[in-house]
Amino acid sequence: MILVWLIGLLMGGGLLAFLVGQWNKTLPRWISLYTLIIGIIALISFWIEHYEAINIGSMEPWLIDFQQDWIPSFGISFHLAIDGLSLLLLILTFFLGILAILCSWKEITEHHGFYHFNLLWILAGISGVFMAMDLFLFYFFWEIMLIPMYFLIGIWGSKNREYAAYKFFIFTQASGLLMFISILALYFTHAQSTGRYTFDYFALLGTVMAPQTAFWLMMGFMIAFAVKLPLVPFHTWLPDAHSEAPTAGSLILAGLLLKTGAYGILRFVLPLFPEVAKTFAPWAMLLGVIGIIYGAILAFSQTDLKRLIAYTSVSHMGFVILGIFAFNELALQGVVMQLLTHAISTGALFIMAGMLKERLHTRQLDEMGGLWFQMPKMGAIAVLFAMAALGLPGLGNFVAEFLILLGAFKSSVWLTVPATIGLIFSAIYSLRMIQKVFLGPIPETAPISDFSWREVFIMAVLTISIIWLGLYPQPIINTARPMINQIEHLFPTEFKNQTIK
Amino acid sequence: MEHLLWLIPAFPLAGFLVLALTGKSMPPVWVAIIGAGTVSLSAIFTIIIGITFLSLPPASAHYVQTLWTWMEISDFHPEISLYLDALSLVFAFVITFIAALIHLYSVAFMAFDKDYSRFFACMNLFVCSMLLLVLADNLLLLYLGWEGVGLCSYLLIGFWYEHPENGYAAQKAFIITRIGDTAMAIGIFVIFYQFGTLLIPDILAKAPSLWQPEASMATITALLLLAGALGKSAQLPFQTWLPDAMAGPSPVSALIHAATMVTAGVYLIARMHVIFELSPTVQLIIAAIGAATLFIAGFSALTQYDLKRVLAYSTISQIGYMFLALGLGAWTAAIFHFMIHAFFKALLFLAAGAVIEALHHEHNMFKMGGLRTKLPVVFLTFVIGSASLIALPLISSGFYSKDQILWFAWASKNGNPLLWLIAISGAFITALYTTRMVMLTFWGEVKTEVDRLPGKLITIPLIILAFFSICVGFIELPHNFGSLTLFSDFLHQVLPETLLKSTASGEVFFQLLGALATFSGIYTAYILWYKQPEHLEKLKRNEMLLRLYSFWHSGWGFDQLYQTLIVRPIVFIATINKNDVLDKIYQGITLISVALYRSLSFTQSGSLRWYIMGLVVGAIIILGIQIML
Repeated sequence: MILVWLIGLLMGGGLLAFLVGQWNKTLPRWISLYTLIIGIIALISFWIEHYEAINIGSMEPWLIDFQQDWIPSFGISFHLAIDGLSLLLLILTFFLGILAILCSWKEITEHHGFYHFNLLWILAGISGVFMAMDLFLFYFFWEIMLIPMYFLIGIWGSKNREYAAYKFFIFTQASGLLMFISILALYFTHAQSTGRYTFDYFALLGTVMAPQTAFWLMMGFMIAFAVKLPLVPFHTWLPDAHSEAPTAGSLILAGLLLKTGAYGILRFVLPLFPEVAKTFAPWAMLLGVIGIIYGAILAFSQTDLKRLIAYTSVSHMGFVILGIFAFNELALQGVVMQLLTHAISTGALFIMAGMLKERLHTRQLDEMGGLWFQMPKMGAIAVLFAMAALGLPGLGNFVAEFLILLGAFKSSVWLTVPATIGLIFSAIYSLRMIQKVFLGPIPETAPISDFSWREVFIMAVLTISIIWLGLYPQPIINTARPMINQIEHLFPTEFKNQTIK
Repeated sequence: MEHLLWLIPAFPLAGFLVLALTGKSMPPVWVAIIGAGTVSLSAIFTIIIGITFLSLPPASAHYVQTLWTWMEISDFHPEISLYLDALSLVFAFVITFIAALIHLYSVAFMAFDKDYSRFFACMNLFVCSMLLLVLADNLLLLYLGWEGVGLCSYLLIGFWYEHPENGYAAQKAFIITRIGDTAMAIGIFVIFYQFGTLLIPDILAKAPSLWQPEASMATITALLLLAGALGKSAQLPFQTWLPDAMAGPSPVSALIHAATMVTAGVYLIARMHVIFELSPTVQLIIAAIGAATLFIAGFSALTQYDLKRVLAYSTISQIGYMFLALGLGAWTAAIFHFMIHAFFKALLFLAAGAVIEALHHEHNMFKMGGLRTKLPVVFLTFVIGSASLIALPLISSGFYSKDQILWFAWASKNGNPLLWLIAISGAFITALYTTRMVMLTFWGEVKTEVDRLPGKLITIPLIILAFFSICVGFIELPHNFGSLTLFSDFLHQVLPETLLKSTASGEVFFQLLGALATFSGIYTAYILWYKQPEHLEKLKRNEMLLRLYSFWHSGWGFDQLYQTLIVRPIVFIATINKNDVLDKIYQGITLISVALYRSLSFTQSGSLRWYIMGLVVGAIIILGIQIML
């Protein structure tokens, strides 16, 4: 029941913020903040409550299940359930939600009510995606997160916002439709072989189908998720959307929306089509490696701070694909870590880019430089997160990338080596960013203020999280373990002992 | 004592945290007390633990302290765990002791800097990372320290960030070492799948039974680890970052880029010596790289104007000696030279810093001179350090460590005459450039006036380091006189003995040759740069020599080579692809759609007869199809 309640809370909070926003400017953000705080408290206490059970290592991955008929004649039900992975991603959703509200505290100057309505509804859609166990319901939430995001970019974005919003919408919508076709085809294929019409995830698992059919169905899902993730060559919507969106929008895009793609692959593509996934794996890994290097080189050449950070996401998400299709426990644990740590580190960088834009009114690297002198606190934190982005040990991203590479090395030595070389490129773009923004000659401009207390709070929370994940990631690993073991069992003999010996 | 191990890195870490969080608002006195105090405490603890270790040797010959399990995923469970044996004790002692002196020196040296607390915070973090590197019991924790020292090195080279060139020097250092680190990471993957663990003692124990000598896996693993070591230790072909790293403050050069971090590669190879011993090919490569590096860097040192750059090239060259020793299987000789070098090179950098500071930031040796009487303490200590660097026979520590390496280059199992020849020519060049440096800086006429005399906090560390630069050598004396082997006996707990050729004899003869090389180097430099400079003028008229001179001066053209071969192509590709060629596909689709809708909307002209025409044509086509079918 807590699951329905969480989505209801977000949607209700959003509506309330919208209504209140008609006559008060500050109340919507307080309402949103409280909504999210209530949600995260509920989630964390749920986690603590179930952590013992998770830790014992029970093989049953599902923590809670809720099912209610919705449109029974079509076999559509309102079926929500979460396992460790969903729980972690839900906590992340509420966590970044709170930061999104805090970082748009001053940035948003118009339509407060509608803004917070959109923000909370995106989060509701994302939460739904992480919980839905009915494919029709899943598609429904998939669409819910899209439309408010379109408004968020299109209304509160910067100069080129309309182009970016259209591009984002068309890419996601077109690929989403492919997924919908696949869902329908799966629905009918399943009915053909069993005579039962249902969209239920658990029923559809293990549907018997011809390999050819399975391949095309998988591609439908895969393309939708690859666009979201994004996988090269479907990534070109991302830099535009990220750089034009308001800070909170970039934060949610990078931190959460991209994660729905990875989640989709883990939850649907692998369990529904294990055989095809196996044959497709080398190609997916290759695309991942291309993404790692291509994204990093593009990030290096950017002159717009937010575009630079956006391309680093392409590079980091390449690691995710590489890890998922390595099909072993180390790599998959790395993937889960990467989903969380990338959200935190890239989120932090986007938030700082937003803070810089509020102060300097520019995103161009050439118009920055020497800012350390006036903003040593921001400089230090920026160095920390640039180091996180380049995978410095001791910070969360290292654990994630190291595990992914270590796992992938078992599956394919020759793809892992170039992926590891990506670590050199990530050093190049990260250091260039720090150099261009914070180092160099001190500019003779009007005084720029360093962090305010609100900003100190945001960055402190992010900093503590990334260090915690870097030095003691065990709670995350334990929570994700049952789900990862299940996936690993789908691919029992895959690549065993193909390592160099 | 075992359970107190964690305090050694914890003190500097605490210092870093306090300074990073509150340093800005703290009075400078407190910054100094915390910054230098924490490192000194760490040094004291290391010495106490070291004394206990020596007086009551543990049965297993090591201490272990596990703090917590970093992560645990089925059979992959690296721990945050500290491991102290003879080898790591030597490193930990050198690191903390020299770092404490350098921090003390920095209290006065950096006193007028606006970023006093940032300096100490970074230095403390560096000491902590370096200690984790040498105390780690598994390769993943070692890698944490390894990358951590890289970060601190980056932060401190670019400490004076207002000058973009300092920032670029810092980036260069980080990126070049990262290339080696990446190879090392791949090496760690290989090790994990070969041994099923990253625990260093387990790896070393299992390796000989898992791999035959010259097994290809042993060679690959050794090469990958070697690449990491070469990057950090600025050896061929990664040596180019170190001379530029001198952009940082002098204490940074002394601590990081001379005494400790750059020898991390030496530590790694010594620590993993079993793997290297299983691959004689790689050992030969190490010896060859060491020899080539010491030779190349020696000539570059000979042609520099900047006092600190001379020292930087000399560091590269001396680490070359250590690599040569490692390649020869003379493990303890390499570590001995590391320790002696740490003392005298730290001393030389700190003294050079004092000179530069006294001359109002003048780096050029040709604008110095006559400082012998103006800065007597600095002069004296600098000369002592230089004596050790050129391995002045009998009285300097450097002699005892370098003499060993020269002897092993000839006489050890892996030694050969060519390596020996390079090593002894290197000794000649070392004497040459060192004497040139001393002559130019301290003799001759005064060219720049001294405007600030160094205070007590600067001179005391110099004196202490000078004392050690002379005396430490006496704990290990050659077999033919004294035959004292305290140091190598201690290290033989961990490192194997050096095997000699059965035919090796005549150590005295080689010692005399070594001494001869040193003295002739000193004499030549004395003639050329002091007594009869007209000889130098004559040499300068030679066209060939001048060209060679500028070639050496630019570090044998490696920078230009890498610029053209690697940097420019990548930057070029990145720049032309700034707007992402893949986006053009989607833009193309958009353009086609726009063109299509334009042409279709053209048909919607608003003219009625066109519409009727269209209806008629459409009707005819439909009817036609129906009739046809």
